[in-house]
Amino acid sequence: MKHFLLATTLIFSAPAAMACETVTIGDLTVEHAWSKATIGAGRPGVFYVEIKNSGTTDDALVGITTPAAGMPMLHETVVQDGIASMPHAMSVPVPAGQSVQLAPGGYHGMLMELTTALKEGDSFPVTLSFEKSGEVTVNVDVLSLRAEGPDCADAGQ
Amino acid sequence: MRLRSLQIILWIAATAAVITFLAVRWWPATDDTATADSAFMPTFALADSEGRMRTTAEFRGKFLLVFFGFTSCPDVCPTTLSEVAQVMDDLGSAAGSVQPIFISIDPERDRRLGLADYTTAFHPAILALAGSEEDTKSAAASFKIFYEQEADTSSPDGYTMAHSPSLYLIGPDGEWLRQFTYGTSAAEIVSDLLTRL
Ligand SMILES: [Cu+2]
Repeated sequence: MKHFLLATTLIFSAPAAMACETVTIGDLTVEHAWSKATIGAGRPGVFYVEIKNSGTTDDALVGITTPAAGMPMLHETVVQDGIASMPHAMSVPVPAGQSVQLAPGGYHGMLMELTTALKEGDSFPVTLSFEKSGEVTVNVDVLSLRAEGPDCADAGQ
Repeated sequence: MRLRSLQIILWIAATAAVITFLAVRWWPATDDTATADSAFMPTFALADSEGRMRTTAEFRGKFLLVFFGFTSCPDVCPTTLSEVAQVMDDLGSAAGSVQPIFISIDPERDRRLGLADYTTAFHPAILALAGSEEDTKSAAASFKIFYEQEADTSSPDGYTMAHSPSLYLIGPDGEWLRQFTYGTSAAEIVSDLLTRL
């Protein structure tokens, strides 16, 4: 099953492999930025990414901006006592020496007021603002609606 | 002598009262036992995207994979929809005995945004239902699930929905069989279903 999914993801994401691109700012490495296709522009899109802090100082992701959405925000999906909710996350901690994932079922960028529908194979830039390291822009790959993540040689999916 | 007949009359009256009391108490009690040991059979009666009323009764003979959600939820709900889509693909020829049903807990907004377009994009077998507020409340109460609208300025239209993210399996006779908690893999769901089909 897992292999089938990987194969599917590979076929779908093969032409655009920007999600596998790595961007660094200071001690932070930002990679595997991806999103899911949307049906129309009326519903919010989503933004996932992986951030590695190889330094000795704690940092935090405090905001995102993108031309793809009028109201991008950081959210966290929380499942507590069998109830799922999605509160606004003021910031996502990126502790020294650790990796943090914005991934399905946890932290995510919520892209509200999309300017256009996100189509599989498209890509768009997202600028991440860190408390200490400043701003960095990554290219985000739009994967299929059913994707579970980008297929990169080092992604460890 | 007068006292004795009065006593007899009182005794008869008292006995009659007790019999009447017991009869009134026991008859409804006897009716109750008939329903007390019947299975938990959650039901819904909700409109589909074409406005047709769909009820649990029309799906007798099939296994139902029922889940609640809303389409303006880009994280949890697509994950569940993708799992269900994967389950339907992996069931192969057995897929015909399973009907996946997505029940909107945000029916007014979901109808406006186009519900069937959304679920069909995941899998054409998924039936999307969005009833009235009242019918949705009844369905949720029947499945014993929780949902609630929460005011939230950091969400689209200023609100978001908190809800139970599990999948519920209903048997061919309409009886509740089990739930699959959020995050259960498609492979696990498929192997459970294959033991029942
Ligand atoms: Cu969100």
